[in-house]
This record gives sequence, C-alpha cells and structure tokens, in this order.
Amino acid sequence: MATAVPTPEQTGRRRSWRRLPVVHQLRQSVGLQRGMLIAGLVLMGLFVVTAVFAPLLAPYEYGQLRDAQGSFGAQQPPSAEHWLGTTVGGYDVLSRVIWGSRTALYVIVIAVLLSIVLGVLLGLVSGYFGGWLDRVLVVIADAVYAFPTLLLAIVVAIVISGGQSRLWGGIFAAAISITVVFIPQYFRVVRAETVRIKAEAFVESAKVIGASNRRIMTRHVLRNATRTLPLILTLNASEAILTLAGLGFLGFGIQPTAAAEWGYDLNRSLSDVSSGIWWTSVFPGAAIVLTVLGLTLVGESLNDLADPRLRTRRRAADVPEDEVEDAPAGTPEVSAVPGGTLSGPDGIGAPHTGGTRA
Amino acid sequence: MTTTTTEPTTGSTEPAGEATPARKRRSGGGGLGSYVLIRFLLIFPTIFILVTTVFFLMRATGDPITAALGGRLPADQLAERIREAGYDRPLFAQYLDYLGNLLQGDFGTTLSDRRPVSEVLTTFGAATLELSVYALVVAFIIGIPLGMIAAYFRDRTPDALLRVFAILCYATPVFFAGLLLKLIFSVWLDWLPVAGRASTIAEIQLQRVDNPTGIALIDAIQTGDGEVVSDVLQHAVLPSVALGLLTAGVFLRLVRTNVIGTLGTGYVEAARSRGVAESRLLRKHAYRPALIPIITVIGLQIALLLVGAVLTETTFEWRGLGFQLSQYLQARDFVAVQGIVALLAVIVAVTNFIVDVIAALIDPRVRY
Repeated sequence: MATAVPTPEQTGRRRSWRRLPVVHQLRQSVGLQRGMLIAGLVLMGLFVVTAVFAPLLAPYEYGQLRDAQGSFGAQQPPSAEHWLGTTVGGYDVLSRVIWGSRTALYVIVIAVLLSIVLGVLLGLVSGYFGGWLDRVLVVIADAVYAFPTLLLAIVVAIVISGGQSRLWGGIFAAAISITVVFIPQYFRVVRAETVRIKAEAFVESAKVIGASNRRIMTRHVLRNATRTLPLILTLNASEAILTLAGLGFLGFGIQPTAAAEWGYDLNRSLSDVSSGIWWTSVFPGAAIVLTVLGLTLVGESLNDLADPRLRTRRRAADVPEDEVEDAPAGTPEVSAVPGGTLSGPDGIGAPHTGGTRA
Repeated sequence: MTTTTTEPTTGSTEPAGEATPARKRRSGGGGLGSYVLIRFLLIFPTIFILVTTVFFLMRATGDPITAALGGRLPADQLAERIREAGYDRPLFAQYLDYLGNLLQGDFGTTLSDRRPVSEVLTTFGAATLELSVYALVVAFIIGIPLGMIAAYFRDRTPDALLRVFAILCYATPVFFAGLLLKLIFSVWLDWLPVAGRASTIAEIQLQRVDNPTGIALIDAIQTGDGEVVSDVLQHAVLPSVALGLLTAGVFLRLVRTNVIGTLGTGYVEAARSRGVAESRLLRKHAYRPALIPIITVIGLQIALLLVGAVLTETTFEWRGLGFQLSQYLQARDFVAVQGIVALLAVIVAVTNFIVDVIAALIDPRVRY
C-alpha cells in the first residue's frame, strides 16, 4: 500500500504493519506508559465486544418490562433474576447497561466518521488553496470551536429530532450534533498540517512534474497531514459518549422503548438517589466512566508517545530543547544557595547530587 | 491554481487568518494595544456567526410556537398566535429583526413564562457565576498541587495513580459525579444537604436582604446570621466539588506536563548543578513558568465549565442559568433556549477575550 510515493518519512520502512498507528506506539512504549495503553485497549475492546454481542449477553431486551413470570416491578434491588436490579420505569438495569453500549458505539462510529470525512476534506481544501475561503472557514471554525459542545448539540438535536426521538432519529441527532462540534477540531489540525506540508520540497517537485492539485492533495499532502488523527479520534470518541450522555441527561435522549441510553437512564435515576436507591444510577454511570476511561487512556498514551518531552525512553533520557525561556524565577535562587556548594574546584563540574543546603 | 508557497506558514500555532491583516498594517508585530484592539474586534464576528447559526438552525424546524403548543391548541388559535408573534413573515426579515433586537440587548421573550431572556440572566446568572467560581477554586486547590506532585514523581507510582485520577476526573460525566457525591455524602452519610442553594428557613432570610446580589454567600453574610452562612456553604460544597473535579483533572494534567517540560530546561539544569534540592527546584524554579499555560487554558475551560454548570445545576437543583435552561428544554420553549444559548455565546466570547488579554499581559510573546 505504501510503495507508490517515496515521501521522506516513508522511505526505509520495512514492515508496514509495525508502523500502523496503535501497533507502532505499543511497540514504542515502555513501563507505565505501556501499562496505561494496554489497560485502555482492553477497556475499549470490552466495550466493543459488549456492544457487538449485546443480544447474546443481555438477559432481557432493553425495552422489556415483563417475562413469563409477570411484570419485573419498578426499583427492585439486585436479585438472582435481575442482577443489577430494575429501574424506576421497570426495566432490567443490566440489560439496559449492555444494550446502551450498542447505542454508544453507533453514535461514536457515525459521529467520528462524519466529522473526519468532512473535517479532513475542509481542512485540506482550505489549507491547500488558501485565499478568502480559507479565511472564512477559519473564522467559522474558531467560533464554533470556542463554543460549549453540549449547547450546540442541544440546538442541533432540537433541529434534527425536535428533541424527542426513536432509535435512529436519536442516534443521528446525537451523532450529527457531535459532528458539528468536532469538524472544527479536525479542520484546524489538518489545515495547519496542510499549510506546513504545502511548503515542503516534495510537494513543489510534484507540481513541477505537472501533477494535478487533486493528486497532490490526496497523494502527498493528505498522507502526511493525518498523523495526529488517531489521537484526536480517541479523544473525540470519548467526548462523543459524554455529549450523548449529557443530551440524554437533559432529556434529549432516545426514548427507552427505542433503545437503551446511559444518559437517559441516569436522568431517570436522579430522583431515586435521594431515597437511597443506588443501583439505577451507579451501573449506567460506571459504564460511561469505564468506556470513556478506556478511550482516554489510549488517547493520552498516544499523545504522550508522540511528544518527545513526555515519552519515557528506553535509553537514558536526553533532554530536548524546550521553548520555555529562562524565567525570572530562577534568578533569586542564586542567593538562596549557600555559597559553599559552588566554591570548591570540583563543585562546578560535579553532577548534581540533590540537596546540599546546610 | 499555481499558488506560490511563499505564504506565511504561521497557521499552526496561532488562530491563523486573523493574523494576516494585523501583520500587513504594521510589520514586526504590533504592540500590546493593537493586539487588544484586534482581539476585541474579533469578538463580534464570533458572536455574529454563532448567533446566526443558532437562529437559522432553530428556525429550520419551524416556528417555536408550534413546537411549544402544537397539539395543545386548535389550529386556528395556533395560527393566530404565530401571526401575532410575527413568525409568519419571511425568514430573512425575522432574522434582521432578531439581529436588531440583539444589538439593543434584547434576547427575546420566553414563551412559557413570558419573561425577557435578559431578565432570566439577571435573576439566575449570579447563581451560575457563584457555582463556577467555587468550582474554579476547587479545581485550583486540587489540580495544581497534585499536578506538581505527579511531575515530581514522574513515571513512579504516585504519578501513575494521580494520572489515573486525572483521567477519571474527566471521564466521569459531571452529573454522574454529582449523583455519586449526593448518594455518599447526603444520603448514606447524611453530612450535607441533597440539593438546592439553601434550606427553606435560610431561603426566607435571604429574601429579606435589602440589596440582594443573587450570590447566596454574599447575601447570607449580609443577613449577619452565622447559621445562614454555614447553611449556604453546606449547600455549595457538593455542586462545587462535582464541577470542580472536572476542571481539576485538566489542570492536574496540564501542570504535570508543563512542570516536566520546565524541569528539563537549561536554567533548571543550571540550578540543579549548583546543588539546589530537587523539591526546591520544583517549588521555586519550574513551578511559576509552568503556570502561564494554565491561564491560557482557562479560556477554553470557560466553555467546559459552562456546560458542566448546566449539568451540575440540573443534578443539584441549583437555580442558575443551566437549571433554567433545562427547565425551558423540558417545556419545549425554544425561544428561551435560543435566547440563553445566544447569551452564553456572548459570555464565552467575552471571557475568552479577557483571558487572552491577561495572557498577553503576562507573556510578551503572545501577539498577532
């Protein structure tokens, strides 16, 4: 797949699978960072497996209120029939938690795909061609970027579904509202990268050869501008879950008969808490936390591994240049150090040995 | 399209596009004054874009009266109400009216309880401000020291634990954190009140204050009654912690990253070679410059904080803007929703401006 264009970064690679985003970082990481990355991947895997196999795992349907023995009853504490109890509406909590992962997965996939496609496309075009279109897009993206995610999502949810919805209406309402908010993030990153890469020699040589704009953009610029995307992707996926839950919590979720949604269940459990009924809120909440935790752990690890200042190294750490200048805070310190340490002939050359104050 | 590649490639770090006009007028980077001016002027397109987007999005679904009352009123009465409110006129004319009203500070009148949105702000804004300030204080108290500790123990057990704590802080939806805190401290331990801003008795005393500020703590101090003050404070603890933890996680991570960054710089290395103790390096040398990025990040946190406030207020029935917003959402009063959202857009834009100016005052490198 990577034989056609010998861009500087790509020459000299041998086994391409090792360079795949997450695999590469997993090999690169050590110690604690590797542990965090693996923990995150495991949680993510659990989430996806639960979502995919929800019909097999869940004891009941998400909208089921009764079985052969009759009605489940509302707010029943955990028991053999209902491991995690039942909700105020009389649903089985365990089933709704499991089915909820499926709803969340739908929303993540749709939202992330939509915003990547649109954001990358806009960023690429905007950064590559520049001009007034670029200016306008940047100002709009900045305006949207600065605005609270959830509020924009509320507005979009009102537009799409009028605030109440069945399964796909609700999923798309949440996904599209999240998309609107995320496009600027992808847009900014890809645009900035595009502007940088556009000035590189290999793009210019492609121009000299007579390659079309489209070819340069897809072949040369896009390939190199998408390096940071896995990071944004995981962070956005976690934000997508939080936004979906937030919408549900404010009563803009999906109706309980159409699908299970964690935020909606938390909203309904609000009044339970005051009377000491904990199982209706703790489990859907824990599901949200674990899913977001998994995604964030992966995202954070990728972030740290991409930043040489934060990456734990196998060999001795060589300290990179940092942009922070000498700060005034360093100067008064000289007087605070007892003179003895620096005065001796060996003092200056000796490596630091920690505290030397008398 | 053979655009030359000599265009400035500055877009990566600063809000690009905005930079170019300033640079054309005065080369060599303008002074602080021109930075503040340009930054101030940029507020207007931001607000304009957001308000316009929200307006057309909300109208794309139809008129707000049908949304609020449709099905509850007969068709002819509904049409009458729509005509009265002017929602049958061309969309663009409505838009111009809306903009004109906005310029005069009129954000519309709510449908459900017929109050001007700006009055909603003055009534409930103080409560939201109070909650946000408490939350910021909590975030500073928790986030900054823990971030320094994490940096000090970099890649060792305390660091690992603190980082997981930080991630948990922002992996937990603020309303779930609120629910848990409520469950533990109000229901099980019975230490703190479940919801609201004050108990009923204190509420009555608060209403008797001569010049009510809306900020419960200040009003409580005005009553001069120690019990009212402590009652108000007790009510504030759980919401502030719930909302503060969210931001604390961000601060913790930021302080950790930046302190690690500054600990590796030349001047810290120099101090280290002079024999300065490692803990002192952290407290005196690396700490202060690492705080500058926090000030810039607070700007972005304002948006997060506002969203968090909406959810926290709903969880704790804290009668602020967010609580009111969710009430209007439940009532399907979209005029009120649009008004409050537009209002919040203004607040976010203005606070971002203020934060940017503060950042520019502190750090001379921040210029267009």
